Amino acid sequence: MPTVNLETVHDKGFISEVERRSGQNVALCYQCGKCTAGCPYTFAYDIPVSQIMRWLQAGDRDRILECRSLWLCATCESCTTRCPNGIDVARIMDVLRHMSRQRADNKGGNVKTFWDAFLDSVRAHGRAFEMGIVASYVTRTGRFWTDVELAPKLLPRGKLSLKPHDIKGKEQIARIFKRFEESRRP
Amino acid sequence: MSTTYAYYPGCSGLGTSKEYDVSSRAVCEALGLRLHDVPDWSCCGSTPAHTVDHVLSCALAARNLALAKATGVDTVITPCPSCLTNLKVAAHHMADPEFRDKVNALLDEPYTGGVQVKSVLQVIYEDVGCEAVAAKVKKPLTGLRLAPYYGCIMNRPPEVMQFDDHENPVAMDRLMEAIGAEAAPFPLKVECCGASFGVARKDIVARLSGKLLDLAAGLQCLAVVTACPLCQMNLDLRQGQINAANGTNHYLPVFYYTQLLAMALGLGDSVVELDKLCVDPRPALAQAARRAAAKGKTATKTPAAPAAPTAQPA
Repeated sequence: MPTVNLETVHDKGFISEVERRSGQNVALCYQCGKCTAGCPYTFAYDIPVSQIMRWLQAGDRDRILECRSLWLCATCESCTTRCPNGIDVARIMDVLRHMSRQRADNKGGNVKTFWDAFLDSVRAHGRAFEMGIVASYVTRTGRFWTDVELAPKLLPRGKLSLKPHDIKGKEQIARIFKRFEESRRP
Repeated sequence: MSTTYAYYPGCSGLGTSKEYDVSSRAVCEALGLRLHDVPDWSCCGSTPAHTVDHVLSCALAARNLALAKATGVDTVITPCPSCLTNLKVAAHHMADPEFRDKVNALLDEPYTGGVQVKSVLQVIYEDVGCEAVAAKVKKPLTGLRLAPYYGCIMNRPPEVMQFDDHENPVAMDRLMEAIGAEAAPFPLKVECCGASFGVARKDIVARLSGKLLDLAAGLQCLAVVTACPLCQMNLDLRQGQINAANGTNHYLPVFYYTQLLAMALGLGDSVVELDKLCVDPRPALAQAARRAAAKGKTATKTPAAPAAPTAQPA
């Protein structure tokens, strides 16, 4: 693990913002490593979750918000369930992801693109339209071969709806998103 | 005990998990649980919404809680663990008045609390019970050895989910035993399958779901049984991709537990919908039937076989 100069990276405002938004006390982490031991995604992370907690205590905003791990957390709740100090670690990961989203250098990549396509579908129809989400993902990423081999399994079984199921109140859903965006404007 | 529930099907029930929705409804009806669909229900936001913002995520879920409340019932149930989590998290966090105000500020109609959220699994297990299920079995699934896989969020975190055990849940095990099947001890019951990374990071799903299939096969299970549309899709629809990535050759059917309940209760092919599964379950079911027949023969030949000693004295 690299060393850190607390005089240059210790961002107290960052720590308090994470604590406020997550409702957690990050100082409670005593680095037992249980979260990392149980995390199914450690093999894919660039920084293991227990080390993210440590960098968070050190207030190293940039190192955390630029890391890839934030976008590979599936919120499986293993860390939260097993933390001996009752820290909702998955909620902290979620909050860090919210903050990372605001930065141009976030490592969301295709994962973020897929999630954005999902929410756009919900905003347009009121419900997630699976076929439309994949089409939108493929268009945005240029990965035209994504899961094409699965279509012959899904189509004959009638498991892939070709048109969206718009709800009557879809305008209400669009308004939820609109009000959310307005609440974010400074 | 209330036997009428608001029912929240979830978006995948209209597409990739149609058979889960159909079999869940049929099993509930057969067990005397009356369901009223949440009128004009909308998406709960699933994983993508809570990765953007918790107020937005809870607002998408809370619209449905408000609609459920308007129907006059006190409990909404859903088959899908992802919907379950989002609805439960919204109800849980909206107990805080400050947070509730923020959520309600995004909604046309505010949600003021008062609706319980449970999974279909929970009401079958707790409100109906294994004995009542066993009493209705017409065609026991004897010989069918299953890997019971709950997925990561049906029971976690326990403070929010409030159902069964968070490390070793048993509700589905007991229900499978009630219909004559065998639930193998499955140590990866609550390990994540790779969740929604199937599209963007197939390699992750191949690795995590691959571990589950390896273990189920290693434990001589004929099939996996699950309660989650995303887990089922990763393990069943993507089983070919997983095999290709890992150099394995699994051919394990992945049932929804409600399909097996419907089968045992004799509810008919049109609600069991085995043809919706990608990995054909008929060979596994035939093998289970052969095992059951062989067991039946042994049982009639040696009715009072003494129990084998479990350990030799030192």
